[in-house]
Amino acid sequence: MSHEHEHEHHHHHHDDDDDVQEHREHGAPLSAIELRVRALESLLVDKGLVDPAALDRLIDTYETKVGPRNGARIVARAWVDAAFKRRLLEDGTTAVAEHGFVGRQSEKLVVVENTPAVHNMVVCTLCSCYPWAVLGLPPVWYKSAPYRSRAVIDPRGVLSELGVSVPSQREVRVWDSTAEIRYMVLPERPAGTEGMSEEQLAELVTRDAMIGVATVRA
Amino acid sequence: MNGAHDLGGMHGFGPVEIERDEPVFHHEWERRTFAITLATGFLGKWNIDQGRFAREQMPPAEYLATTYYEHWLFGLEKLLHDLKMVDRAETAAREKNAASPAAPVTGLRALSARDVETALRTSRTSKADEDVAPRYKVGDRVVTKNIHPLGHTRLPRYARGKRGVVALDHGVWVFPDTAGNGLGRKPQHCYAVRFEAPELWGEAATSRDAVYVDLWDDHLEPA
Repeated sequence: MSHEHEHEHHHHHHDDDDDVQEHREHGAPLSAIELRVRALESLLVDKGLVDPAALDRLIDTYETKVGPRNGARIVARAWVDAAFKRRLLEDGTTAVAEHGFVGRQSEKLVVVENTPAVHNMVVCTLCSCYPWAVLGLPPVWYKSAPYRSRAVIDPRGVLSELGVSVPSQREVRVWDSTAEIRYMVLPERPAGTEGMSEEQLAELVTRDAMIGVATVRA
Repeated sequence: MNGAHDLGGMHGFGPVEIERDEPVFHHEWERRTFAITLATGFLGKWNIDQGRFAREQMPPAEYLATTYYEHWLFGLEKLLHDLKMVDRAETAAREKNAASPAAPVTGLRALSARDVETALRTSRTSKADEDVAPRYKVGDRVVTKNIHPLGHTRLPRYARGKRGVVALDHGVWVFPDTAGNGLGRKPQHCYAVRFEAPELWGEAATSRDAVYVDLWDDHLEPA
């Protein structure tokens, strides 16, 4: 497959899933990129460089086991346990490992706390570094050019579009993940949640709040 | 390299659009690309920085017109071709014929299913054990170098030649600007450096806001 040939397929974005499914059901040929990936995978298997069972295990891990619920449990614990919160902010890597959340794309985790004085948000302008162990794989918008280009130059504009109003007296800190250190935001605990259990609190915490582009609502 | 991947501060890409109830993968080929990239990474033939550099070498117009896993696929193919583990002609033949020949690659052991969990759990790509003295301490004023290397660097364009303050010392890490170019690990301290928004973006920026960038000793000079 030449690279020239692929250009006509470059605008296949994620919204064409239904089309692909439909083609498949009608026995239509695979798209250029499907062919390309299938050919590469089968060659790697034949060469003994990948084990198909390991591929399935990797996919299952990140599709069903690791995800933002991990981070939400950490946040809820920090909200109810002041000593844990202190440990989390001092050494996020160790505090999160207490929950068994370790692994790739999380060699060192730094947790930054949103307060009435400071709003933190996380980006990776150069690629799409993201704390996999606590949030799973990053969403498309986090990996997209609009977010990666604008988060550092216009964080307040991005936040405002996403419905987060940051008062002008509150400082905005943007963390550009240019190393292997991963950042997670500890969002503010919303008012009116005083009587909630840790499990109920964890239900409120969203992925986007832990990236710093949303607030948690009761 | 000053590639299309270095997006910080660019204009014109439009609004950030968050998809509701987004699935982890949108296509089967994304699942497969993700998995073969991770699995082949564990062969140890390239480091994470070389993996990133391979993606950065996608031609700029193509990079901006394609999606994340297309960048991954381009990078993986480039590494496999460059290291002569897969030949372009082999892939082309395999697309047409599922039984086309596959030239053997010897001396490598594929990641097995039962090793996946341990591999993910113990994966340490970049933290260094060497005891290297830091050149800076928290609170030090620094200025970033104005560099434009043709190879891999983790110093983004928007933060070059800028004054900041060391905010966190992350300890000793492999230096991507050498490791990504096959020039060795060169372990050294990595810091979160705080840049005031007006230093990066001029007087129009909100003066109380700041950007933190993780940078290494070799990116910095005293200010």
